[in-house]
Amino acid sequence: MSVVLRAPRGFGADVEGEVVLSRDTFSIRYDMDRETGVISRRGHALEGQSLAGKIVYFPAVQGGVAAGWAFLALAHRGVAPAGVLFGRTNPVMIQGLVLAGIPVMHRLSPDPFTVLRSGERVRMSPARGVVERLSRP
Amino acid sequence: MRAGELGEPTRRALEQQIAVGEFFDADGFVPVTSVHMMGDMEVMGDAGFAVIDSLVADGARFVVPVTTNARCVDFERAAALRQDPGLVARETALVARLRALGAMPVDTCINYQTLYQPQFGEHLAWGDTGTVIWANSVAGARTNYEAGPAAVAAGLTGVTPAYGYHLAPQRVGSLRFEVRCPVGDLTDWGALGGIVGRLTLDYWKVPVLVGLRRSPTGDELKHFGTALASYGSCAMFHMVGVTPEARDEAEALGGRPPTASHVIDGPALDAFYRTFPEDRAEVDVVVFSGPQLSVLEIRRIAELLEGRRVHDGTALIVTTSFGNREQAARLGYVETIEAAGGHVLSGVCWYIMEPAKMAAAFGWRNVLTNSAKLANIIGGYRLHPILRRTAVCVEAAVTGRLPAEARWR
Repeated sequence: MSVVLRAPRGFGADVEGEVVLSRDTFSIRYDMDRETGVISRRGHALEGQSLAGKIVYFPAVQGGVAAGWAFLALAHRGVAPAGVLFGRTNPVMIQGLVLAGIPVMHRLSPDPFTVLRSGERVRMSPARGVVERLSRP
Repeated sequence: MRAGELGEPTRRALEQQIAVGEFFDADGFVPVTSVHMMGDMEVMGDAGFAVIDSLVADGARFVVPVTTNARCVDFERAAALRQDPGLVARETALVARLRALGAMPVDTCINYQTLYQPQFGEHLAWGDTGTVIWANSVAGARTNYEAGPAAVAAGLTGVTPAYGYHLAPQRVGSLRFEVRCPVGDLTDWGALGGIVGRLTLDYWKVPVLVGLRRSPTGDELKHFGTALASYGSCAMFHMVGVTPEARDEAEALGGRPPTASHVIDGPALDAFYRTFPEDRAEVDVVVFSGPQLSVLEIRRIAELLEGRRVHDGTALIVTTSFGNREQAARLGYVETIEAAGGHVLSGVCWYIMEPAKMAAAFGWRNVLTNSAKLANIIGGYRLHPILRRTAVCVEAAVTGRLPAEARWR
């Protein structure tokens, strides 16, 4: 187990899961099927990928306030991500994740693509501001 | 409040606000004069409805004016648009609960044009990105993006965490965009917002526009701002010589050099349109929405449609606020559009009206619009977006096909 990413203090409890890295930005309304939690936008780096139970990283976010309610809806359907990591985010994402009780961190360093691969198991600890690798796939 | 002396709902709302405030290193709280919330079943889902329902059951009441954004059902015209009766019923129940909390269900995304013009320096908790970017940029008021639950929380507590656009340092521009081409139709202004948004793509950056050949109208600023917010996740812009915190370039940039400079010329504007090529010449539905239309915009559509008929194989939809529809009806514009076979909807915005289901019900595959914001959004619903200038959109609605000069493949 080794610390691979550092960040300012985030929100939520420690959580472990399989990490999914996206090179594309994220908008709940534009990119995701909010019924299933699957990335639905044509051409998105994660098109067809379910985020359910995953710890997902997006470099940045796009668009609107739909995210405020949408994470709670995903959580009620059992298809929410276990945790969310952002490079840069906006208030709406955080408001929505706080409502849904989903852990979140932002301003990660270094670029997760330089130290992690999708499929690896990680633990994110928002209170300590670290992401640790638990195992390689 | 945290101790719960104002009741459990207010205590929970404050806990959420504290969590968000801590995440963004907020400088305490600031009182707000007005809240504008996204609250419709399309965006909330059953889980969000349950939150509102429990607030009503707990006897919660908003302590500041709370207005609502455009919703997903036009109750008078839902059947004609083949909207799901179940959705209509849930939306009706939601509106009743929002009223019980003391909200004002005005159902508009252009509250700043039609209902309430915030003043310079006024602190708000507004949702809907288009309203936020207008409030910050054009009015000089101060608000972050406040999503539905955050707006509800601010309505209950009367305060919001003081971070981001509530504080002067965040409001300083850093990216410079020099516009070197004429910007004409409303769609051009949306496209300009889209270009700047794609290059900014950061809630925390404020783009500064210089070089515009004339001051834009209110509707032009509306299309520019909503597109910039949609494409760039931006909450504020400066237009030098136009917006109140940008009397000159030095003020807009805080006296510092920009971190990046871009030039936007005619070819760049054309290139933006070309990111929305048609899938085929036939047009299934023409939508004027996102944001709701002003009375002046409705008048223009009516003038272009006067004495003509929308093609049998094509639908035409306009969305606006209740008040604007009423005015447009008194002025005869609604009659003109309806006589041509178009729909004039109120209290809604098209992209939240379950467009994928509506498209399936009517067999629509592509959507022609003059709204750069709408063109950006509907790809997520697997509908093919085509962005063209307003007159081209109306022409295509009448002939059922994109005019030859507006086809690119």
